[in-house]
Amino acid sequence: MIKVEHLVKTYGDIKAVNDISFEVDKGENMVLLGTSGCGKTTTLKILNRLIEPNSGTISIDGKNILEQPPELLRRGIGYVLQNNGLFPHYTVAENIAIVPNLLKWDKAKTQKRIDELLEKLHLTKDYLNAYPTELSGGQQQRIGLARALVANPPVLLMDEPFGALDNVTRSKIHDEFKALDELKRKTIIMVTHDVQEAFELADRIALMDKGKIVQIGTPAELLFNPVNDFVSGFLQDQRLQLEFKSIKLTDIWEHLSDTGKKTNTSSLPAETGVWDVLENFKFYPNETLNILNQQNKEFKSITFEQLMLAFSKYKNLQPHE
Amino acid sequence: MNEQQQTLFQFMSQQADKLGMQTLQHIGLTFISLFIAVLIGLPIGVYITRKKNLSGLVLGIAGVLQTIPSIALLGFMIPLLGIGAKPAIVALLLYALLPIIRNTYTGITGVDAAVKEAAVAMGMNKWQVLFKVELPLAMPVILAGIRTATVINVGVATLASYIAAGGLGEFIFGGISLNNTNMILAGAIPAALLAIIFDFLLSLVQKLNFKKIRGAVKVAPILLLLLSCLYFIPSAYGGKLTAGFTPEFMGRQDGNLGLRSKYGLKIHTIVISDAVMYKAAQEKELDVISGYSTDGRLKAYNLVVLDDDKKIFPPYYAAPIVRTDALDKFPDLEKTLNLLSGTITDSIMTELNYKTDYLHQTPERVAKDFLVAKKLWKPERGGNDGIVRIGSKIFGEQYILASMYSMLIKGYTNYDVTTKTGLGGTKIVFDAMTNNQIDVYPEYTGTGLLAILQAPAKMVNALQVSKDSTYNYVQKEFLKRYSIKWLKPIGFNNAYALMMREKQAKELNIKTISNLKRYLESK
Repeated sequence: MIKVEHLVKTYGDIKAVNDISFEVDKGENMVLLGTSGCGKTTTLKILNRLIEPNSGTISIDGKNILEQPPELLRRGIGYVLQNNGLFPHYTVAENIAIVPNLLKWDKAKTQKRIDELLEKLHLTKDYLNAYPTELSGGQQQRIGLARALVANPPVLLMDEPFGALDNVTRSKIHDEFKALDELKRKTIIMVTHDVQEAFELADRIALMDKGKIVQIGTPAELLFNPVNDFVSGFLQDQRLQLEFKSIKLTDIWEHLSDTGKKTNTSSLPAETGVWDVLENFKFYPNETLNILNQQNKEFKSITFEQLMLAFSKYKNLQPHE
Repeated sequence: MNEQQQTLFQFMSQQADKLGMQTLQHIGLTFISLFIAVLIGLPIGVYITRKKNLSGLVLGIAGVLQTIPSIALLGFMIPLLGIGAKPAIVALLLYALLPIIRNTYTGITGVDAAVKEAAVAMGMNKWQVLFKVELPLAMPVILAGIRTATVINVGVATLASYIAAGGLGEFIFGGISLNNTNMILAGAIPAALLAIIFDFLLSLVQKLNFKKIRGAVKVAPILLLLLSCLYFIPSAYGGKLTAGFTPEFMGRQDGNLGLRSKYGLKIHTIVISDAVMYKAAQEKELDVISGYSTDGRLKAYNLVVLDDDKKIFPPYYAAPIVRTDALDKFPDLEKTLNLLSGTITDSIMTELNYKTDYLHQTPERVAKDFLVAKKLWKPERGGNDGIVRIGSKIFGEQYILASMYSMLIKGYTNYDVTTKTGLGGTKIVFDAMTNNQIDVYPEYTGTGLLAILQAPAKMVNALQVSKDSTYNYVQKEFLKRYSIKWLKPIGFNNAYALMMREKQAKELNIKTISNLKRYLESK
């Protein structure tokens, strides 16, 4: 879907982006992770040509974007900014309608699409005539997301989209983000410096440092197969939590023993991460939970102790750093 | 106090026509120049946000323009654009440029970078970013600049009357020349009110929210144009010949008022300062001007004086006037000042004025040459028996006389001298004297009679018969009212006179003011 090859961007003597190549598959969520100054934001902004690269090629759907008129290219790529970048002199409705107006959609079509998005983002129509400053930070960020999604772009670029939000609001929006089916079909490239956020939202993570990609892979690959000390060091602080988040029930399925006690009918899918299962135990520590593996149609009932036991068995089998 | 207010009110209702016309001209001048300044300043302001390395230079130039004194800027305009509305508008718009350019620049650079980035990232082209995002968001700051420019323009536009562009300055400067407080206030109060009202209205526009501002911005150019058109309403009528009169002349019984009442002269008149009046007459922008009979430019520009056949211009014999307490303090002063008495005739004074006004010799040099020729000059004694303060009004003849008195006092007495020259019109120099800021300055009998004493019409008519009766009357009254003594007349009579270009007067066969009237009335 997106193919980046040998991308270079220099400012004077400083190589902000130093020969980067990567590919993102259709529908994949790629997170560019790193500390500030590592070149992740520059890389992102080159993708919709807010910044022009010195050299390298970028193609989206096989088309070289550096040969397209930048305005037309951008109208087909959704963009979400850290500080939302909503126009303070436009109402919410006008803000969302910016790209449809640029694309000269008719009014009825725009209106219909706005209504649809508002519903998906759990915003009422009362907000449509409000100005952005009258909204909370979380609401502003949702409007920013709606503005990026309104014209149905296949690609979405997100620059620290949740960086300006407080922790409570952020985790709430993370949940909505994961649940939003509009986003499941999108190819998303997201920039963040927040390791947890990356692990929570990414299909794959590109960990960057000093203008280069140090390692690119799934969260579990980064956690359990780090290519060097930089990668393991980067993840060290929140290691346990990251492990809980990156390991799914399917990964430890074979280590889980079934108590056979089916206490109720509801069940969790086996794709659930360990972290989320722990969340479920939070309310009923002495209960058993039902889990269902769709692939082999297996069904298990587990307790908290069994879950922890399986988790540590799985970890012991991983190669040690 | 009540009386003062009432007379001001009476003056304003008497002059309601003129006041209304001047106010319209004033508003017109302010907004024509503002409109053009916005047309020029806004694009420049936008341009320098794109070419940041030019911004310092452009803002610097606009800033320097702003620091040029308004009178000087108007003066620079005359050789380029002549007199009247054109140079005034150009000068005003130059003043208005800086706040508009600077605020446009500040406003646009101040737009949140994230919002600009979002606009670009949504796929707007650069014009869409400018018109849909940057300009609307910068609008409150830009409007603040326009507001500043408006208030500056209302103020500076008062000076436009100096170069015959009309406006409320006509009353203000006429009033200062004529020592007429009501006239000053009749110009100054409306001018101040205009500034306050426009400032207030624009502050309301500034406070409108984004939604309403979009409408307001569309209405603004139309409104600006309409207000600009006001200027042209009063000047829609013209005539065969154009007269240029000083503000002082306009309001005097022995000036335009007398021309109207005694001669019945009706001529298309514009108001202009005497500094540029002669030049304008020479350059055929004006046909008839109100000059002084001893002015050196009369000779320089080939102008002729029209005979005052009905005797409306009273004699203006020059004499030094001195505070009596200064005469007590400096016993030798009176006889020293009287050394000049009787030495300067009309033709000598015209010659001396010609040397300063046209040959550009310094007043000091002209004064010294004259004194040396008359064998009156003595080297300075360098005395320190106290300091005599000499004043003068702001035209060449007065500078020469002040220099002569200064040299005489230094040469014949042990007093030192300071000079305070260029004290504007009669009111300013006379107030300086009554407030004990100066001891002596040269004054004219006619000015003393009409502008300072403001003698009633009957008395003026009675005195007009001879030069001595006027001198005796002002001498007596000044001593009584102000404790100021008129010393012996210097000799020349610098009366008001109507002048025309010699060639034109000959062609039209105009020798007297009555001739002029007859020509104007003929079809």
